[in-house]
Amino acid sequence: MHMADALVAPAVAGTMYACSAAAAAYSIKKVREENDPEKIPVMGVMGAFVFATQMVNFTIPGTGSSGHLCGGMLLSAILGPHAGFLTMIGILLIQALLFADGGLLALGCNIWNMAFYGCFVGALLIWRPLLTGKADKTRIITASILGCVLTLQLGAFSVTLETLCSGVTELPFAVFAAAMQPVHLIIGLVEGLITAAVLCFVYDARPELLWGISSSGRRARFDLKTTLVILTVCTALIGGGMSLAASGDPDGLEWSIEKTAGTAELEAEGGLYEKAAEVQEISSILPDYSFRSSESAAGTSFSGLIGSLIVGLFCAGSCMLLRIFRKTRR
Amino acid sequence: MTSKIDGAMYDLHHIDALASRDTGINRIYSPVKLMVTVMYIALVMSFSKYDIAGLAGMFVYPAAMFILGDISFRDTLRRIRAVLPLICIIGIFNPLLDRSVIQIGAFAVRGGAVSMATLILKGFYTVLAAYLLAATCSAERICLALEILHVPRMIVTQIMLMYRYIFLFLGEVGRISQAYALRAPGQKGIHFKAWGALVGQLLLRSIDRAGRVYESMLLRGFNGSFSVFRQKERLRLRDAAFGSFWAAVLILFRSVPVVVEVGNAVTASFGAR
Repeated sequence: MHMADALVAPAVAGTMYACSAAAAAYSIKKVREENDPEKIPVMGVMGAFVFATQMVNFTIPGTGSSGHLCGGMLLSAILGPHAGFLTMIGILLIQALLFADGGLLALGCNIWNMAFYGCFVGALLIWRPLLTGKADKTRIITASILGCVLTLQLGAFSVTLETLCSGVTELPFAVFAAAMQPVHLIIGLVEGLITAAVLCFVYDARPELLWGISSSGRRARFDLKTTLVILTVCTALIGGGMSLAASGDPDGLEWSIEKTAGTAELEAEGGLYEKAAEVQEISSILPDYSFRSSESAAGTSFSGLIGSLIVGLFCAGSCMLLRIFRKTRR
Repeated sequence: MTSKIDGAMYDLHHIDALASRDTGINRIYSPVKLMVTVMYIALVMSFSKYDIAGLAGMFVYPAAMFILGDISFRDTLRRIRAVLPLICIIGIFNPLLDRSVIQIGAFAVRGGAVSMATLILKGFYTVLAAYLLAATCSAERICLALEILHVPRMIVTQIMLMYRYIFLFLGEVGRISQAYALRAPGQKGIHFKAWGALVGQLLLRSIDRAGRVYESMLLRGFNGSFSVFRQKERLRLRDAAFGSFWAAVLILFRSVPVVVEVGNAVTASFGAR
């Protein structure tokens, strides 16, 4: 689900950075309030643990495929939502820098899509209401599966929205969402099962390590019923709002074509021409890929190629000269 | 599974070795390098989906970094090959759905094909830029750059710790996976009955290890930040010149389609003769 830089427009990247920064600032404040100096090393070590264990393949029974651990849900179940969120930021930054898994400018989007939903929504809306004061294995399994499915669905939906808002794909909203959501539903189920297995083991061995369980005296802010009502209302609002926006907005493509080419329609005359154009319209990827009669136009393209070559040679030459100069100076 | 972990270990060691070399580019003040990289990525992303001529000129920065940093282009391509297919999958529908026709020089080209090419080129450039930053600046120095740029210390410190422990944990996970694979020959992954116990054991050990790590850090005088790296980083005149030069060049290439202009000038001079 890691988004690459190429899939995000600067405005979308900036907005998502701002949202993620706000969530990070709030998390830092909350972690500081906890006043637990051991928390930072634990966050670092847990981040490295999640990073490494995400490379383990877990066989899914009855299928030939395998699944991975759901990092956000596991971290928030151990560290709590705020420290878990900050740890996820570290994991995502290292993945972006060292494994090209997600972009540097798309980091804000990735933090929101994976860390925010995984830690805040998963921990505060699913884990805590289900487990505070009444923990058992069934509840841990339910919370893990529900949490992973819901957070991955929200994350996948955000990826769809961010990619569409960035205008990099021509896929209609409904098609894109229909491709993303079911795939992530299956991934969420599998990741939920793996996370549940690990958390059940921890619950058996050292239950005090699980976040929210030891504080049995504290009541959850939202009970399960309230949570379900909030989620239903949010889904209805987001779904309704998005479909209105999708149908109400004009297609930006025609505007782009008119701006770029100066005209939105091609001239075509004659029945045979129209038929041929229709066939070409369906079959060809690069229509009219030929020189137009104008010599100056051909010259412009040629200029582009020559220019690229010269700038490239100039750049390489300058750098080579600089290196030679440095070596001789040494 | 172990080959995947081995691959990740190899990649980490390789990039760490590249970043720890003592070349001119590696010595540049890390916040300047980070800011130039972010600026480059932002400018590449800001090109419109049909502006392939302008985008083409943006190869200057990665090209210069490859030559000055003495980094193998082939190794880099091997590392980033996993990223481009995802971008291609998203872009592949553009030629089918966007049937508009736009004019690029002498050619009338389908808009969708141009937008797909632009998307792939953007993906390629941005991934290269991030890789070049990591290959010329160690993780510790990037963390220090983040701290100098006022990213909260809590985030920076835990990223630094995380990076140090990744090597250890990858080794440990690799050994566990190998031990499991030797006891379960022919099995593709971890059987579901062992899911909880295998990772859970490692998780419990990790939490205990975190406690010991913290105690050792306290004994060595840890006061909340790794200030030892800060002493090595200093802004010099050449770092400022590096930053200013690339800021000017990148803004120029973003505002003017330099490759087309240079080509026009050259072809015009030949025409005049």
